[in-house]
Amino acid sequence: MTGLAVEEEPSAPSAESPRVEFQVEPTSYQHWRLDFDGPIATLTMDVDEQGGLVPGYELKLNSYDLGVDIELYDAVQRLRFEHPEVRTVVLTSGKDKIFCAGANIRMLAGSPHPWKVNFCKFTNETRNGIEDATANSGQTYLAALNGTASGGGYELALACEHIMLIDDRSSAVSLPELPLLGVLPGTGGLTRVVDKRFVRRDRADYFATKSEGVGGKKAVDWKLVDEVVPRQKWADTVAERAAELSQNSTRPDDAHGITLAPLTKDRADDAITYDHLRVTLDRATRTAEITIAGPQADAPADVAAIHKQGAAFWPLAVTRELDDAILDLRTNELELGTWVLRTTGDAARVIAHDDLLLANDDDWLVNEIVHYLKRTLKRLDVTSRSLIALIDPGSCFAGSLLELALAADRSFQLFGVFEDVAPDAEPAAITVGAMNLGPLPMGNGLTRLQTRYYGDDAAREAAEARVGDALLAEDAEQLGLVTFAPDDIDWDEEVRITVEERGSFSPDALTGLEANYRFVGPETMETKIFGRLTAWQNWIFYRPNASGPAGALRKFGTGQRADFDRKRV
Amino acid sequence: MTATADYSEKIPNNVDLHEDRRLQRALESWQPNFLNWWESMGPTLPTEDVYLRTAVNVGREGWANFGHVAMRDYRWGIFLAERDQERQIGFGEHKGEPAWQKVPGEYRADLQRLIVIQGDTEPASVEQQRNLGATAPSLYDLRNLFQVNVEEGRHLWAMVYLLHAYFGREGREEAEELLHRNSGSDDAPRILGAFNEETPDWLSFFMFTYFTDRDGKYQLGTLKESAFDPLSRTCEFMLKEEAHHMMVGTTGIDRVVERTAQLMIENEQDDVSQFGAISLDVIQKYLNFHYSVSLDLFGGETSTNVANYYTAGLKGRWMEDRRKDDHRLSDDAMLVDAVLEGEIGQTEVSALVGLNTDLRRAYISDCEGGVKRWNKILDDAGLPQRLNLPSIAFNRKVGAFAAIEASPDGQQLSADEWTKKQGDWLPTDVDKTHVHSLMHPVYERGKIASWIAPPRNGINNQPFDYDYVHLS
Repeated sequence: MTGLAVEEEPSAPSAESPRVEFQVEPTSYQHWRLDFDGPIATLTMDVDEQGGLVPGYELKLNSYDLGVDIELYDAVQRLRFEHPEVRTVVLTSGKDKIFCAGANIRMLAGSPHPWKVNFCKFTNETRNGIEDATANSGQTYLAALNGTASGGGYELALACEHIMLIDDRSSAVSLPELPLLGVLPGTGGLTRVVDKRFVRRDRADYFATKSEGVGGKKAVDWKLVDEVVPRQKWADTVAERAAELSQNSTRPDDAHGITLAPLTKDRADDAITYDHLRVTLDRATRTAEITIAGPQADAPADVAAIHKQGAAFWPLAVTRELDDAILDLRTNELELGTWVLRTTGDAARVIAHDDLLLANDDDWLVNEIVHYLKRTLKRLDVTSRSLIALIDPGSCFAGSLLELALAADRSFQLFGVFEDVAPDAEPAAITVGAMNLGPLPMGNGLTRLQTRYYGDDAAREAAEARVGDALLAEDAEQLGLVTFAPDDIDWDEEVRITVEERGSFSPDALTGLEANYRFVGPETMETKIFGRLTAWQNWIFYRPNASGPAGALRKFGTGQRADFDRKRV
Repeated sequence: MTATADYSEKIPNNVDLHEDRRLQRALESWQPNFLNWWESMGPTLPTEDVYLRTAVNVGREGWANFGHVAMRDYRWGIFLAERDQERQIGFGEHKGEPAWQKVPGEYRADLQRLIVIQGDTEPASVEQQRNLGATAPSLYDLRNLFQVNVEEGRHLWAMVYLLHAYFGREGREEAEELLHRNSGSDDAPRILGAFNEETPDWLSFFMFTYFTDRDGKYQLGTLKESAFDPLSRTCEFMLKEEAHHMMVGTTGIDRVVERTAQLMIENEQDDVSQFGAISLDVIQKYLNFHYSVSLDLFGGETSTNVANYYTAGLKGRWMEDRRKDDHRLSDDAMLVDAVLEGEIGQTEVSALVGLNTDLRRAYISDCEGGVKRWNKILDDAGLPQRLNLPSIAFNRKVGAFAAIEASPDGQQLSADEWTKKQGDWLPTDVDKTHVHSLMHPVYERGKIASWIAPPRNGINNQPFDYDYVHLS
């Protein structure tokens, strides 16, 4: 390998780079293969070395970049929606002797800081999604490590329910980030080793400093993997284990998947338009305004109709669009620091769709839709943008869509109507629905209402007691469901000043502030990954010991040693 | 809708109040509270009516309409200087950009704070002076006191207008608070310390209007430069009225000095206290006190807040457009007063950080004009005595000299020496008691108290013996 000739803060994937799109299809995968055998799907990682998302690195040893992970995310999603018959997903490698070497180091070393942070966030979300499929979809992930899994490769395995390692006297699992690169395993590795696999902390410490990792029997003894399998028996044992894991699945027999057709998306420089969602990009005020349209039609009569509508069913369609919009804005529009959230439509129809979903939660597709909405809202929660919800006449912040306002850092609900514009309009209302009471928990395991009223059960119960009521601004403010309730005389100025003031603060400090306030209460694996692990990792990324000219990340692969500033901070 | 029809009559204005729903709504709830405040915290002397000037528009004729008015019915108006459509920001990092007609969100908090602090001083002086009517030396002076009071009330309106019109809900809350803080209150005092001292007598009143109102003039002068155009225009009009308040102070002190000089010559002695007047040395002590506490109002020699305000374009320098520099000051330096190794001296700081000192210096040279004027009265009377401004280090509680004691001529003193000698330089209880003992009301037309000479001219070409005030 030649040296990393990067002396300045690199700008490789930057504003000049092409816009990243997150929509892909299996037929165009460059790095993955999906094979189906009844209830068993095999997802094979076979990274195209020359297929990096941006120029400047080769994806050797099944290492990955954002492009590889975008395909992985797509595969995980399609397995859930398009393949109800699949009960076990075997995650394995198409390369000889190597499962996956983790995130590509030259890509990381050559990426500006925001890119690294965004990349880690997305990969974390995908791995959480894998765990969510195992926990809630009856689709159990089995990591079949047919070669060494190092760093992010092992972290990918950690997201699976069961880890098998081939016993060939050389394959191992490892987290070599600290000794080799001077950074942390940033995709949940540190968290999952102790919190999920219950590896004793001193062993975990040893393991994370030993770049060659641990294989064979010791890996099992230390709970780093669940079993090691000799080469000769590998294929049979994997098949056997996959079959076993499929036994307990809640997935239905004889179900047919739906097709996740490509989204209708028009991406311009100043707007992104989907069927039910529109984003206006205002670069002058550094604001993105996201407007979600409620259902255009009444909720279908029954669950069969949901299946018939498939990806066109409003809750699913709008969730997919929101998901894509979040990823697009997060990756491609770094300077749009404030997202203004709006809705428009009929609140009763939103609630009717919610009710239909909740009444049929034993249906596999309904289950998928609700969990997908849950994951997408979680994406919003961990987004490093200021979120401001504007609730005005004609909006439909009800039930599932009320979650947007509850996810926001601040919300404004118009008191009364816009006298000069539409004096006869119905005043803005919000509606607490059953969707707000449990099915859509945040990463901290609490609902957004529980989070909002943390430590004040009486206030939460008062808000929850109003389920189904259209709450006008006065009530909503009094119940604490919205932040402010200006009337039409004040509205424009209050909103303008808030947005402008927000835009004038330090973006970094805002990110920290919001991340702290959004997640009150108990720690979970997710909050640890997005809080503790990510914050430390981002600090380390920024320190000269990692990313300075003599830092370990920059010196990796040059044959030179990193020159550390030895002060402990 | 009938309610809105009287607005222009009830509240003279040039801000299109009749078509501004937000402002109407805000004022509807604020005005009754203001009137309550005026009733409970305004002048205590009951009057039928007072010969007052009411501004009904900003033009030459409009701003000075005279007539006898019951003070409760005074029409507190809202006036901004005419808008210059082409006005550009004159300084700071936004120099050359069009002046702001709305509050930029980025500067909301700072602008609101500046306006609240300015607004807080306006009603404070009314509160401080509320009992002075009981001891007015003449109907002419009583009328001037009330004129100053209603105009300070109007200046409160001006600041409240800005808070109501441009700062939304938080602005309304702040406007309400302006009526709930009260001068000298233990629970909710005025923001600046100097505005929590009662004005106990008329000599103090004249000194206050000369020295402390002059601080207000300089603060308004810097806000007049603001990039936020409505603030700039409001302050420009307020400055016009502030000039009248200072005239009351200037000529008031003139007349005290004149009377003292007259009695000194008639009786051929310096101590005129036995003749019902105020000796020059006591006048000097009052001057020392009011000048030094007013210097404190300009804050410390250096201020990063003020530097930020300047760079942001919120608050400029006195006579910004006459300054011959780049109006950004990012690379300039200046000398500010300092105590260096225990000695009174100067130290160099960046020009931005030293802006308080710049403003205080402009103020000091203005104050020297008054002293010159009073000394001319002494000179014309053939007296050798002179009044002086004390050293900038004298009796300071804020800034570099707060830590030391100094005599009026700038000699550093030990704490002991200061304790021993301060009675020579600042009003003592004996001085105050004497001045207080002279304060008997004179409400008879054409008559005047013993300690002050009558004015040369009346108000609005009326004679001195005009019936300026009808007591009830």
